[in-house]
Amino acid sequence: MCGIAGLIHRGNTSNVGFELQGMLQALKHRGEDSTGYALYGKTDGENFIMRFKVGENVAEGSSSVKEDVSVYDERKKIVDSYLSELGAKVIKEDRILPYSLRYEIQYEKDLMEFSQKIESVEGVEILSMGKSLEVIKDLGNAEVVCNRYNLDKVVGTHAIGHARMATESGVDIKSAHPFWGYPFSDVSVVHNGQLTNYWNNRRVLENKGMRFMSECDSELIAVYLAEKMRNGATLEEGMKESLVGLDGVFTYFVATKDSLGMAKDTMAAKPLVLYESDDLVAMGSEEIAIRSILPQEIETYDPFDGEVKVWQI
Amino acid sequence: MANLKTSEKKSKAQSMGLHTEVLTGKTQQKFFNPDEAENFYYFGTYDVDFNKRTEIDVKNMDCREANKKIDELMKDGYGTIVIKNPQGKHSLGVGILNKLNLIFEGSLGYFGCGSMDGPIVRINGRVGWSCAENMMAGKVVIEKNAGSCFGAAIRGGDLICKGSVGARTGIDQKGGTIIIGGDAGAFTGFMMQRGRIIILGDVGINLGDSMYDGTIFVGGKIGSFGSDAVEAELTDSDQDWLKRKLKVAEIGENFDVSKMTKVVAGKKLWNYDALEPTEKKGAI
Repeated sequence: MCGIAGLIHRGNTSNVGFELQGMLQALKHRGEDSTGYALYGKTDGENFIMRFKVGENVAEGSSSVKEDVSVYDERKKIVDSYLSELGAKVIKEDRILPYSLRYEIQYEKDLMEFSQKIESVEGVEILSMGKSLEVIKDLGNAEVVCNRYNLDKVVGTHAIGHARMATESGVDIKSAHPFWGYPFSDVSVVHNGQLTNYWNNRRVLENKGMRFMSECDSELIAVYLAEKMRNGATLEEGMKESLVGLDGVFTYFVATKDSLGMAKDTMAAKPLVLYESDDLVAMGSEEIAIRSILPQEIETYDPFDGEVKVWQI
Repeated sequence: MANLKTSEKKSKAQSMGLHTEVLTGKTQQKFFNPDEAENFYYFGTYDVDFNKRTEIDVKNMDCREANKKIDELMKDGYGTIVIKNPQGKHSLGVGILNKLNLIFEGSLGYFGCGSMDGPIVRINGRVGWSCAENMMAGKVVIEKNAGSCFGAAIRGGDLICKGSVGARTGIDQKGGTIIIGGDAGAFTGFMMQRGRIIILGDVGINLGDSMYDGTIFVGGKIGSFGSDAVEAELTDSDQDWLKRKLKVAEIGENFDVSKMTKVVAGKKLWNYDALEPTEKKGAI
């Protein structure tokens, strides 16, 4: 059992970091092994923001092997040299935690080549790459992660997030949601459910050159949609195809720089409650997530089986 | 399966025409001996006065505190309780085995009003998954929408949603009536065993999948029939019953029931009746 939440302000911005923190914290009973945020911030749209990790959080409960900080330092140095080789110019650099970094970079070329190069460094993973997207994920519940990364002041248009109870893969950052829709900038996915044709799909997609960073079945959704979009499908078309292509039970959210979407499997086996108005859409695994930002009496509903919806900012 | 034997002394239940057999398994002997039937009582039932009314605000309570407060108020004789600010909390109003007017001014989360036997509940909002699960008797009216597994495994009473409901409504239903004013999702009536479901709007795919028994009436379009669910003739007595029920339920009183589709079990998948002990059927 995991919890997912998402919101989009249409035609406006808001303190989405704080809002999503409240929504995910309301769902913490659905899992607090890890929590992740995909925040679509207010940026100038000029530079890429790359969130990446050079190691894992090895705190109590983690399934990762402890490494010395010097190992992280060494990996960071290699990443910096690779960025230089790729022609990427680092405008701003923040090392938020020993293993977690945020770079603002200028880069004009192919993102797949870029990602493959950076992630060829052992232990390094790009959590997100985008001009408005920032994926922040770590062990602990929503409040813990929010405080650790100072997310409650982030202003933006939309956001999706995930409170995870680890079942089929490790308690680590690489298995935490959201997943970046590599190699597309500004695409992220969160998922609640289980995919039963993960390995079949993974083998097919890997043969097509797509990359997987974890063994978490949910990552498949991001890769699946990215591959569809790479072949010219719109986000909504890819999501509709996923209802047939992905087997199992799922409700997932996907976000791009200007849209937010949801899809529910044809058996409607996983929960989702939705609130929709002209200026705000908020949704989550349980109504209490929505109530954390809209405590007044509101109209909500459960989307039906096989439903796909996409909203624009 | 437990051994069966006949008891010579008739209990109150038996004198009303219910079963006359005794289950003699160890647990059944201890808890369900009909010789002791006169002494049966529900733990946590109280004499209440419906005219004695109170309100509680549960905004800052968790579900355990709120449910305990309801119990304390019933113990004090309150027969009408209004709950303010439920704010989508889970498991509110569960396990009430009393006559009671319970009014929620707002929406409930998951498992609202589950395992209850007797109260009349009105929810002036929405409910999440598994509302009124395992309800034995009483009436629940929801003014807005409801989530999936609405009325899962209910055994009696009336469960009414004036809006639309999610998937698997009436899953494993064993009795009672579920009435939906709007649409219902996939797998409505999945594995239902007894009782009736009325949907005035459309219903999703796999309606009545693997249903053992019971009846489903649909006013709108049907996505598809599930395994062994078949259409049956809508009789005059069905229509009379539907009219009465919709009137009592305060929903669709003027709905044209003559155009409804009646769905029942084809009974090709499983011979349910041959496998169920007669005393269980009586209880159902």
